[in-house]
Order: sequence, then C-alpha cells, then structure tokens
Amino acid sequence: MFIPEASNSARYVDAAFLVIVGISVALLAGVTSVMLFLIFRYKRRRGTKAEQVEGGTALEIIWTVIPVVLVLVMFVIGERSFRLIRSAPREIMTIRVDARQWSWMFGYDNGRQSDQLRVPLGKPVKLRLSSRDVLHSFYVPAFRIKEDCVPGMETYLWFTPQQQGSFDIFCTEYCGLGHSGMLAKVVVMPEKEFDEWYAGAGAKGNRGLQLLLEKGCLGCHTTDGTLKVGPTFKGIYGRTVTVVTSGKERTITVDGDYLKRSVLDPGADIVKGFPPVMPKIPVTPEELDAIEDYLEHLR
Amino acid sequence: MPAESMTTSERSYLQEGGRFKGVFSWIFTTDHKRIGILYLASIFTFFSIGVIIGLLMRLNLIEPGRFISERTYNSLFTVHGVIQIFLFIIPGIPASFGNFFLPIHLGARDVAFPRLNIFSWWLYISGGALVILSIFLPGGAPDTGWTFYAPYSIRTTSNVSLAASGIFIVGFSSILTGLNFVTTIHRLRAPGMTWFRMPLFIWSLYATAWTQILATPVLAITLLLLILERSFGIGFFEPLKGGDPIMFEHLFWMYSHPAVYIMILPAMGVVSEIFPVFSRKNIFGYKAVAFSSLGIAFFGYLVWGHHMFTSGMSDISRVIFSLITFLVAVPSGVKVFNWIATMYKGSVRVDSPLLFCLAFIFLFSIAGLTGLIIGTLSLNLYLHGTYFIVGHFHYTMFGGAGFGFFAGLHYWFPKMFGRMFNERAAKIAWLIMFIGFNILYFSMFLLGLQGMPRRYFQYLPQFRMNHILSTVGSWILAAGLLIMFGNLIRALFRGEKAPANPWGGSTLEWTLPSPPGRENFRETPVVRGGPYTFE
Repeated sequence: MFIPEASNSARYVDAAFLVIVGISVALLAGVTSVMLFLIFRYKRRRGTKAEQVEGGTALEIIWTVIPVVLVLVMFVIGERSFRLIRSAPREIMTIRVDARQWSWMFGYDNGRQSDQLRVPLGKPVKLRLSSRDVLHSFYVPAFRIKEDCVPGMETYLWFTPQQQGSFDIFCTEYCGLGHSGMLAKVVVMPEKEFDEWYAGAGAKGNRGLQLLLEKGCLGCHTTDGTLKVGPTFKGIYGRTVTVVTSGKERTITVDGDYLKRSVLDPGADIVKGFPPVMPKIPVTPEELDAIEDYLEHLR
Repeated sequence: MPAESMTTSERSYLQEGGRFKGVFSWIFTTDHKRIGILYLASIFTFFSIGVIIGLLMRLNLIEPGRFISERTYNSLFTVHGVIQIFLFIIPGIPASFGNFFLPIHLGARDVAFPRLNIFSWWLYISGGALVILSIFLPGGAPDTGWTFYAPYSIRTTSNVSLAASGIFIVGFSSILTGLNFVTTIHRLRAPGMTWFRMPLFIWSLYATAWTQILATPVLAITLLLLILERSFGIGFFEPLKGGDPIMFEHLFWMYSHPAVYIMILPAMGVVSEIFPVFSRKNIFGYKAVAFSSLGIAFFGYLVWGHHMFTSGMSDISRVIFSLITFLVAVPSGVKVFNWIATMYKGSVRVDSPLLFCLAFIFLFSIAGLTGLIIGTLSLNLYLHGTYFIVGHFHYTMFGGAGFGFFAGLHYWFPKMFGRMFNERAAKIAWLIMFIGFNILYFSMFLLGLQGMPRRYFQYLPQFRMNHILSTVGSWILAAGLLIMFGNLIRALFRGEKAPANPWGGSTLEWTLPSPPGRENFRETPVVRGGPYTFE
C-alpha cells in the first residue's frame, strides 16, 4: 500500500480496498477494450454499411443484473468491515480529543493533557471527539480512520495500534485560515514506556507552557521559531514589532503589558502582516501571569 | 424523419434580431436560440475565470506561500468551486445547448415561455455578478469552501452572505428553466413526435428539468437560512444557540447531490446523440437509455448522505445511504454499455465529437468506479476529505460533464454558427487535454491514497512529488483548452461555411439550414419515425 498499515482497522480497510479496486480495474479494462475493439472492427470503410440492430432485451437484462450483483457484493464487503471498525470492545481505554481552530488536544482519564496522542502498542483505544468551535475532522491515514469533530455533540473512533512509531494526524474538515496547519502526531509506544509516561512525574511540566497548550494557543503560535498563523513565541519578549492599532501603524517593543493586552483584547494591536483572527480566550489573572512568565523566558 | 430540407436563402437567427438593434437584440431577445448563445457566452466567461483560479491554486501547491497567501488560497478554492459548479456546470449544457436545441428537437418554434426564458438568463447574470462582486468587496472573498458548512460559514467575516445571495438568485434561474423545459416537452411536440420518438438528449433534459424544479428549492431555503442566521444570529445551525451543524449538511446535500445529476445527465444526453450519428446506426436500447435517465434522477434524490459518512450521523443511516449509493451506479453503467453496443455492426467514423465522447466514457468510467470505492463505507473512512474525493469529483464533473459539453460544442458548433472548425486542430487539442487531464487528476487519487487532505494551503513533504506532477498536468490541460477554444473562436470568423448536415445527423436540427432561421421551421414538421434512422 501507499502508507503504513498501522492499526487493526487499516487491515480491514486495505483488504476491502484490494477487492473493490480489483473489480473496478477489471470493469474499466473490459469497458475500454470492448470500446476500442468495436471502433477498429467497425471503422467506416468504403462499400460497408451499418447493419441496423435495435438492441436486445436479453442483453439489457444481463448488463443490469450483473452490475446489481457486483455492487451488492461491494456494499456487503464495505458494510462488514465498517461494522468491525465501528464496534469498540467494552473494556477500553478512552482519550478525549478536543479540536479547535487550529490545534488538537488530547486528554487522559488521569487528567494528563498532551498535544500529541500517545497510545500503547497493541491496546485498543477509544477516542471521544468533540470540537470547541467549528467542524473539524480527526484523520489518521496510517490507521485508515476518520470522524468529524462536531461542536455540541460527541462522536467516537476506536483502534488498536499495531505498529510502533509516530503517525500523522490531519484535520480533514475545512475549518478556516489555519486549517492546513492543524496537524498533530499519534505516538505509538511500547506499553511499558506508555505507562511510565502516563504516570510520569513532572507530567504537568511548565505551568505556562501547559496553559498555552490547553488554551489552544499553540495551534497558531509556535515556540520554536517557525511561522504558523500567528507570530512565533520564540524570543517574543523584547522584540520590536510593527503593529496596527485601529488602522494606524506604530512600532513597539514587546513587554509584559503588551502580551497581556494581546491575550485579553486580541483585536487591539495586530502585528503587521498577520490576519486579525485570534479569538478572545477566557483566562484568570493568575493564568495570565503564568503565561507571561513563561514567554518572558522563552528564548 | 422528414426528408424535406430547407435550403432557401432565409435570414438566419444571427441576422434576425427582432425589435431591437445591436446588443439589445440579444439581451432583450425571446428567441430560444439567441438565449442559448447568451448562455453559451456567459458560461464560457465564467468557466474561463474558474479555470484561471484553478491554475492559481495549482501554482500555489508547487510551492505553498511563494505566490499566494493562505487567506487568498482559501478564497480561491471557495470561489473556484462556486463558479464552476453554480455558474458553469449546472447551467452548462441545459441552458446553452438545451435552450438552442430542445425546441428544434421537438419540432417547435420556441420554448413554452419565451419571456420567462430571457428572464431566467437575467437572473443568472445578476446572481453571477453578485458572486463575482463578493470577491472584490471589502470583507474579502468567501473562504468557506463551496459547501458553506456551518458553523464556520456563520462565523467568518468574509462575504459569504453576498455570494450565497448570488447563488440563491441563480437557483431561481435554474428552477424557471426546468419549468420551461418540462412544459415545452409536454405541450409543444410536433405532430407525430411521440415520447419514444424524442431524441435521447430531450429525455436527459426532461429528467434534469424535474430535478431542477424539485431539488433547487431546498438549496434556496438552505442558503436563505444561512443568510438569516448570519444577519440576525437566529441559530438554525449554530450549536451555541441550539442549532445543528449536521442539519446544514443534510439540507445542503439534499440539493447538492441531485445537482450532481443535473450536471451529468445532460452530458449523457449529448453522448447519446453523438454515438448513433458517428456509427450510422440506431442507438442500442433506446428505452433502456431513456429510462435510465429517469432512474438516475429518481435514485439521485436518495443518496445525499454518502457525503456525510464521517459527519457524525448515525451508523444505520450510513449503511442505508451506502446501499442506495451502490444501486444508483447501475443505471449509469447501463448507459455506458448501450453507448458502446451502439457501435456494434455500425460504420464508425472517429471525428472530434465522437473523440470527446470516447474520452467521456473512459473518464466517466473511472469517475464511476472510484465513486464505488468511496461509496464503500469502510473505504470512505480512509478516503473522505482527501484528494481522492477531489480527483473523483473532477473525473465526474470535468471528465464527465465537461468533456460531454465539449463533445456537444464540437457536434453542434456548425449548426449554431454556420461555420466549420478545423478538425485537425480539434483532434490535437483533444489529445493534449486528455493527457493533461489524466496527469492533473489521477495524481490526486494517489495523493488521496497517501492521506493528503483536501483544502490544504500547505502540506507535508511526502506529498510534494504528486503535487508537482498534478500542477504540471494543469498546465498541459490549460494548453489543450487554449488550442480548443482558439480553434473554435477562429472558426467563428474564418471557418468554412457549414453545410446543413455536416455529420449526417438524423434529428430535426439537421433538416434546418446552418445557422437556422429565426422561426426554426417554416412549416411544422410531421414526424414519422424514431430519431436515429439512417438509410
């Protein structure tokens, strides 16, 4: 296949894919070769005339019934594998998937949160999907699974990862400006390693960074200097930037006050060259201090 | 078919403008032929804009961000979709060739409601103008994708309401044209033109017209709800206000899936005309082809849910929609088999119209078969929302409806304009387009299988090769289009004069001079046999 087959559902999907593509290719080859044959066999030549054939009921019945049978076979193949892919076992670890413009967050039962989906190898996992704002869709090509994240309701997916490694997660429902940057990774780790990470000390990490993650800031702003929808946080403190304040440009040096204002009133000063799309995200004064403290030291 | 040909030096519809002069003799005309030409010119304009936007998108994808910003890209794919679907393919064949040839095929002087007919064109142009305006007004071009999914379409500040109003108005044009055609087919058939003597193009327009009448109001309501929600925050689809975003998807596809058949059925009608003429043979299985049009139109209403297999709707509804989706493929297959069988024992001459039909069959077969792949529930989980869908969709709409349109354009060009185009140039253009098309869109299937999501401004490195390939394909296709349109436009001015019946066709339009006179038939024809009778 074109990409790794890294889950149980990938196997079901690929098996169905081979059968259906096989039938399709055979049909296409048949139709095309008959067409080409007839063109050359009955090419217009001097002295030959068309022989009028009105059609035939028997043929019409044959080429209606055979396709009906074929498509029903395809339907059953698809429906059976679909049922397997949708039927989650009862005893299963669940992880909450929280989608928002334009980042993913994964929440575990013990309160641990992560911007990567970490899962143990060989253990079935159920994802409970939801969205904080608009439609998103959670897609892991290597697992062949996908389901929309719909605001106001919960949807689900489940899978058993069967290959260790790190696999791409994409958003496949268009969700606005940063849609194509709404990526994450599934990290499939050996069970023991996963357990250590799951229970791990320092799970909370830096409070400021944790907040940036939870509030979805890292969907648009990076901490490593690369550019996404918004300016990067790396070295932001003390940087000189040109901002647009109610239609007028001015140059400022980023300080704590500016950072706080940008969170509380994102539309007030827009850094030149960036779109005015940042939403107001509720924060407490204590959280805001933690974020500012983190950014001040992010070099 | 009546054999009496009309070779008198009667003034053609191109010279006879009626009460008005100059440009007014066109925009105030009630002559179905002139209205057909008006549509043809407007459709060509919108199509060209859509193609240029498509090329810009492909240009971005060889090096994201170098030529085009993210915000612009999101608008480009939105406007490309809106224009190509609502302003090109949906009106496409019915409004241009349908208007021109439906009355002639029936032996009538005009459609049932000629003034309603020109009013439909005005609506179409006004709606189209609003859509184009929405690109340039402050607020920015719509950036929602042509599907306008809520709640994003409610929250974005771009000109969604304006574009939606444009489509709303264009929708009425479509409804009125459908109404006009159904009435004309029921009431204005010439003596002896029984239902089963009608050309198959008419059958396809008949099925299409009913779909236009019955399905388009659903789109109109959906867009109206969207506009109301954006203007007054009513809360039909916004979950924060108790609305349901999945309901929007249901409403949208309840129209937009049948609309796919509005787009493809008339192209199938064109193909059904061309195969008999270039095989010198009656169509194989007339009734099967005619009834399969009705079958497609009917089942087409019941499959919209296959756009929503990953939307979060219930699993049982996914299973039901998948089953019906598979069944709707059968009548299309029946048509393909009958077209091919028409050549059996025929006398086949591969001129450009037939070449486009052969390409149609090949490309549409790929479209149909990949449609079965994504209609398979489990495979849909893998491929939905990826480039596989984009590829499938363009094989259907461009490879199918588009090539069908080009087939009709070459077939009827001599009749409509009284000039012949250069056949050799047409064949060369066809070959280049066919090659470019497959490079452009087949690489999208590969991208989809690799997992590349659609509507992505930028992408991960593993997708780069196929994106470059696809963009190169877009340039080849564009070159082919340029040659094709260049050849036809040149023929308008410098082409040889066309005879009344250059292809040896047997339907009524070929009994008229090229171009036809203002009143079509000087005497109402009396029909004595089927449409495809060759001696």
